[in-house]
Amino acid sequence: MNIPYVVEERPDSGLTNGKLGTWLFLASEVMLFGALFSTYIILRVGSVEWPHGELNVWLGMANTFILIGSSVTMVMAWASLKLHDFGKHRMYLAITLVLSGLFLVNKYFEYADHFAKGEGPAHSTFLAIYFTLTGLHGIHIIGGMVVMAYFLGPGARLWKKNPEQFTNRIENTGLYWHFVDLVWIFLFPVLYLL
Amino acid sequence: MHSDEASVQKSIRTYLMVGAALFVFTGITVAVNQVHLAVPLAITVALIIALTKGSMVAGVFMHLSHERQWIYGSLILAVIGFLLVIFLPLLTVGNTIGTSIHPPAHAATEHAR
Repeated sequence: MNIPYVVEERPDSGLTNGKLGTWLFLASEVMLFGALFSTYIILRVGSVEWPHGELNVWLGMANTFILIGSSVTMVMAWASLKLHDFGKHRMYLAITLVLSGLFLVNKYFEYADHFAKGEGPAHSTFLAIYFTLTGLHGIHIIGGMVVMAYFLGPGARLWKKNPEQFTNRIENTGLYWHFVDLVWIFLFPVLYLL
Repeated sequence: MHSDEASVQKSIRTYLMVGAALFVFTGITVAVNQVHLAVPLAITVALIIALTKGSMVAGVFMHLSHERQWIYGSLILAVIGFLLVIFLPLLTVGNTIGTSIHPPAHAATEHAR
């Protein structure tokens, strides 16, 4: 049995099922991160003093540039498919995967520096919420990397069988990836600068 | 060229321009931070820039500027949920049930000494 509305749009919603499902998932993600941002605000407002300058702003800025760059390459990967250029799509998707790996490498160095100084999550309220927020975000990065690796590997076969469905899948992957970038756009000033 | 392909070609220029603008805004955010503004002003500036960047990513990269009603509907629900989880904990801060209005008697006598 075939799953309906993977390529053609549903007459009632005007969307494919995959796209609507992705947006509903992202809506739940907004609430997940919203709850943690709320926790951050409560902890910060309730604390007598809040550490400033504990994090490496330049590494944080580098990671922001990396994620923004990966968002651009992700949308270019989708646009290349719309232009029927599969080779360019693979190149952009591979660059996105490499950039996401680079983001995690930077994060590893940041985490390693903290742990080397004995500054784990239990060290302070600030570090507890910092590790929770960035850790959850990091898990989302890994999730995105797994999906991208799949579409660079075995998932790419779908392009030959059903190019429109493959394009829709890449669009949905892109929606998720841009959301991950969006979360970091708020995490960077909140944790590193304020 | 197919009209769909022509519109994608046009969109690619927009994607690149928005990407460049996001890089510039990130630079501005860090530069403003180096100036050491007063805390309320620094928070306001940083959050305005973050909101601008977020709107650009959502509006252009995620195509939210021209999406279907169902997506806006699901996002409105998410925003309501987001506001609930942001403000609900504040009720616990304002909760005074079970807290005495007057200071305890022993505290008052100690204060009198």
